[in-house]
Amino acid sequence: MTTPGLDDGVPGLRAKPPVTERRLHPVTPLRRAWAPVAVLIGWAVHDPDQAQRQLTRLTTTTLLIALAVLVPAAALYGFLTWWYTHFAVTESELRIRTGLLFRRTVHIRLERIQAVDVTQPLLARVAGVAKLKLDVIGADKKDELAFLGEREARALRAELLARAAGFAPETAHEVGEAPARELLRTPPRDLAIALVLTGATWGALVAALVVPPVLWFATHSLWTVLATGVPLLGAAGASSVGRFVGEYDWTVGESPDGLRIDHGLLDRTHETVPPGRVQTVRIVEPLLWRRRGWVRVELDVAGSSNSVLVPVAPRAVAEAVVARVLPGVTVPPPDALSRPPRRAGRCVPLCWRGYGLAVTDAVFASRQGLLRRSLALVPHAKVQSVRLVQGPWQRLWRLADVHVDTGADKTVTARLRDAEEAAELLRSQAERSRTGRRDALPDRWMA
Amino acid sequence: METGSGQDTEPAAGEPVWIGLPPGLLRMRRLLLVVWLGLIALALGGLLGLFAGPGWAAFALLPLAVIGWGWVMLGRNWASWRYAERADDLLISRGVLWREETVVPYGRMQLVEVTSGPVERHFGLASVQLHTAAAATDATIPGLDPAEAERLRDRLTELGEARSAGL
Repeated sequence: MTTPGLDDGVPGLRAKPPVTERRLHPVTPLRRAWAPVAVLIGWAVHDPDQAQRQLTRLTTTTLLIALAVLVPAAALYGFLTWWYTHFAVTESELRIRTGLLFRRTVHIRLERIQAVDVTQPLLARVAGVAKLKLDVIGADKKDELAFLGEREARALRAELLARAAGFAPETAHEVGEAPARELLRTPPRDLAIALVLTGATWGALVAALVVPPVLWFATHSLWTVLATGVPLLGAAGASSVGRFVGEYDWTVGESPDGLRIDHGLLDRTHETVPPGRVQTVRIVEPLLWRRRGWVRVELDVAGSSNSVLVPVAPRAVAEAVVARVLPGVTVPPPDALSRPPRRAGRCVPLCWRGYGLAVTDAVFASRQGLLRRSLALVPHAKVQSVRLVQGPWQRLWRLADVHVDTGADKTVTARLRDAEEAAELLRSQAERSRTGRRDALPDRWMA
Repeated sequence: METGSGQDTEPAAGEPVWIGLPPGLLRMRRLLLVVWLGLIALALGGLLGLFAGPGWAAFALLPLAVIGWGWVMLGRNWASWRYAERADDLLISRGVLWREETVVPYGRMQLVEVTSGPVERHFGLASVQLHTAAAATDATIPGLDPAEAERLRDRLTELGEARSAGL
């Protein structure tokens, strides 16, 4: 598997320490094998009569000829793309070289890593392989290493994290995997109850059960019903069963490498977020969960697609996890949040009661939502810019919104504050976000 | 330099020194407004006068009214724009009806961009745009003198490097 530096067109690659280039796991060419099959099945389902007619017309000879052409061509393409894909870990970068006709070289700087994901779709688990993806800002979907051997992926993740953390290059691959301490594990029972108590699940189910019959009575056209019913059923399945399967056995751990998030029943995902990468944490409390005192915790990491930290947990447990994720942060209790002044009701009737704001010396916390409360926490060190916005109607009532922009392209808003308070908030928040950075961890957190 | 600096600055200690935009931007915008709407008015008046009768040509007064209204609006908008370089952050304030004030700490700047389109170049203007890691930041100062834009860019880059904080 290890091919020492093939002919490199780039002179920079021939640096002093020889960079060993590696190839992906040999099962990789098969990873797109399902695509033509899926297309065929999709076509057959979409148009059954036509498929039947075509099938009867197929003779053994045509079938054999098609196979004789298609299979070697697909195999050759798969093999060549695999053959021409290399990756290498250098002192400061992960380099991926790929492309058959159009060469593409990606250099990912390790200190810019926002998160490392090792994912195993069901079939990959059977084959004992895994995908490894580095989340950096602006990274592409195609910049993932798919597939690597399971053990190789773990070793590579450990090595990348060690190098990103600033361990000396010669020891980086011997550091091994950092020990993890489990912070939280979601019991399947809680997860199931939480899903049952979620409005969106029922909404999708009701829509899937009501809309197709209504359409049937209205149009009597089978195709219309199918065309709307199938996506609706899919959405209902995704929001209930799909979510359960995806969030099954949700484990949050803590290690010197950062936060570990492992989850999934069929497809397993192991995400590692190095220290100091979390931009925003949101504590969401749907209406029906309130009696049980459960919350869901979401997080934003720049360049990462996953946004869930804890799918469901009692408030105290969730707050303890948040305190580990954002060191030195305590979640402000609901009565510590200050509401907008009463006249805010003139701008946004009713909903204004859900708004709240608290600024501690570590975070900017803003709540919104009346039924589904959501409290967003931004550490001052993660604030990229602060904006004060005031429309004409708001100026009439001496109110203003303060927006806080974070690096994960999310904006947290303190809505309808008193205009003077907002102006003061703008000044002080800019000051805090500037000074808040001083005691933040460096990018290379072990250096 | 004659600037459109804010008329409502309170002279208080520790208050930032606001700088308005140079008048070139206002001139350019007003000229563009007059040229385009003047052409539309001429075309409208000409066509209506030819095909519908001279009475209909009075509709050409509509774009002229818009010119008058836009003239004032552009002036107010231009006067509302101002920026201030403080020791550690840049302030940009703008808008008449929808007021917006942005604070960007220098350490958060990812890149500073100076742009100048063909029309802007003809009028000797350039815009400075600041990018942070958040796309929502949107800190642009339009219509600066190219020399001032370059000075601002260099100063911001220098300060950004000195106070660099990344994400």
